[in-house]
Amino acid sequence: MTVADLAFYAFAIVTVVAGVLVTMSRNPVHSVLWLILAFLSSAGLFVLLGAEFVAMLLIIVYVGAVAVLFLFVVMMLDIDFAELKGEMAKYMPLGLLVGVILLMQLSLGLGAWVQAEGAMGLRQSVTPDMSQIDNTRALGLLMYDRYLLVFQLAGLVLLVAMIGAIVLTLRHRTDVKRQNVLHQMWRDPAKTMEMKDVKPGQGL
Amino acid sequence: MTQADFSTILPEFLLAFYAMAALLFGVSAGKDRIAGLIVWATAGLFVALALWIGLSGEGARTGFHGMFNDDPFSRFAKVTILVSAAAVLVMSQDYMSRRNLLRFEYPILITLAVIGMMVMVSAGDLVTLYMGLELQSLSLYVVASMRRDSAKSSEAGMKYFVLGALSSGLLLYGASLTYGYAGTTQFAGILSTLGGEVPVGLLFGLVFMLSGLAFKVSAAPFHMWTPDVYEGSPTPVTAFFATAPKVAALGLLARLMHDAFGAVPGDWGQVVAVLSVLSIFVGSIAAIGQRDIKRLMAYSSIAHMGFALMGLASGTAAGVQAMLIYVAIYVTMNIGTFAFILSMQKDGVPVTSIDSLNMYSKREPLKALALLVLFFSLAGVPPFIGFFGKFYVLRAAVDAGLVWLAVLGVIGSVIGAYYYLRVVFFMYFGKESEGLDRGMAPVQWVMLMGSAAVVALGVINLFGIEGVAALAAETLVR
Repeated sequence: MTVADLAFYAFAIVTVVAGVLVTMSRNPVHSVLWLILAFLSSAGLFVLLGAEFVAMLLIIVYVGAVAVLFLFVVMMLDIDFAELKGEMAKYMPLGLLVGVILLMQLSLGLGAWVQAEGAMGLRQSVTPDMSQIDNTRALGLLMYDRYLLVFQLAGLVLLVAMIGAIVLTLRHRTDVKRQNVLHQMWRDPAKTMEMKDVKPGQGL
Repeated sequence: MTQADFSTILPEFLLAFYAMAALLFGVSAGKDRIAGLIVWATAGLFVALALWIGLSGEGARTGFHGMFNDDPFSRFAKVTILVSAAAVLVMSQDYMSRRNLLRFEYPILITLAVIGMMVMVSAGDLVTLYMGLELQSLSLYVVASMRRDSAKSSEAGMKYFVLGALSSGLLLYGASLTYGYAGTTQFAGILSTLGGEVPVGLLFGLVFMLSGLAFKVSAAPFHMWTPDVYEGSPTPVTAFFATAPKVAALGLLARLMHDAFGAVPGDWGQVVAVLSVLSIFVGSIAAIGQRDIKRLMAYSSIAHMGFALMGLASGTAAGVQAMLIYVAIYVTMNIGTFAFILSMQKDGVPVTSIDSLNMYSKREPLKALALLVLFFSLAGVPPFIGFFGKFYVLRAAVDAGLVWLAVLGVIGSVIGAYYYLRVVFFMYFGKESEGLDRGMAPVQWVMLMGSAAVVALGVINLFGIEGVAALAAETLVR
């Protein structure tokens, strides 16, 4: 058993265990932390495959941004998970039934799985020759050259997401009082205060 | 990217460029005050592009390594999409500005949705298909919940989003199974690997993709979201939902089935036939109990999608031609009907109940007549073009040997005629009651009358649409 094999088993076992614990742990914050561990060990698996760029991407994008964002959201949202679980228990039997049926059907389908004869050739025809260039360059060639159109369309989808978020949440309300610092500073005490001479026993 | 690639997506590129320019312009120059201007500019651009695409395009080209097609089929669908989107935009302006709903992002989101639809109908690859579909859907989710202070509108947006995401998931799952079998996401590549018996795994992929797309065309049994979303969204948005996205989703379905799975029409034909029959019956029977005209139109759209799918189910070039003619006619009728629904109001408050139409013919004979023509046509009563749409579809089904499908379609259409004719009955022989306001924005009036005139005059030769649709269908079914 080489070092690479050992490393593979270590990373693989950690990934699977962490993945299971993501769904099993009671505290959602712990779930996110396990998720980060799962990402990190799958990054290790990618390195073993020789896909160092994807591994870095996984760490920077998923661990660095997405998972940390999750963590903040989970901590800030203050969701009552116990209540959610109670709701879930109501639909659990039906959901399980549907899930089991679907799983059985799919396993039937996958049990009889065949590939088209030319499938492997077609699969390889789009990927650049890996002995010629390294995989970061190959990814770049695919994304910015062959699949440029879909890359740009993805940009448009993100633009729609941004416009949508602004349209649906930004609201210029006119009926709320806001602090106007200048207004406060220019306020003249002499004009706003009025001295009243109150006679004893009369009130205002 | 070469120039040849670029020239295939020039209309989409121009639209995307316009959307971003309009966004910058809108933000810097007065926000919602200039929304009306942007609406008209967008509609003008749509019409100009439709004319350009319709008149200039020739032959069939592909670009981006076969990911994007520019052929008569995509051009037919694009022209229909652009014209109907322009019509809905201009007739919604009055409604939205009167209710303080008109925001300058609305026409821009519609533009982006239209780009998505144009990509959908010319997709040559599963990835392009998915990106177009998402671009369209995401824009539509936003416009559905545009009226933020209404719980119904938010509910509509939310429902549409959750179910739309689910259907996208189904579609993607099917696409991944297809890729697993074929080893490529390109339609031409998938077609080249097919032959003889379809393995079970690929069949799973095909059915998953069909279910995902059936969600998008709101075909039964994936129609549950339609009435709620149609009812909850602002009426102009409902009008938009009922027109252009249907063309795009049907076009996409036809392209996927024929371009990628054209070698095995029997396998998807039966699924589409079942979807078709279920849609026709669900749409026709469930609409009977509806009192709200927007919900009624939702069920009506389900039934009409069933008829359009019948054309596709026959799996022939004539079937695709019939589907294209049917959907073009359907869009024409819907534009007129929704122009009227947009103008329905009582004391300035929009109403959507059918009862408010009681004895409408007494007060507004001309508009009532136009509406009568449209509803007769929607029901498929012979002198109007709605009948010819159904006729083409049924003939295609019979020619393909699907007599049972055609017979069920006729029965469904007879059931469906009841609720269309009931609206007409209310207008002409209903009880005397407090009626609608008399006024109507000029644009809506023009759309209503124009659509009714087209529906009535189209009998002569369907405005030559038959030949164009035949040409479009030929590129798809080889």
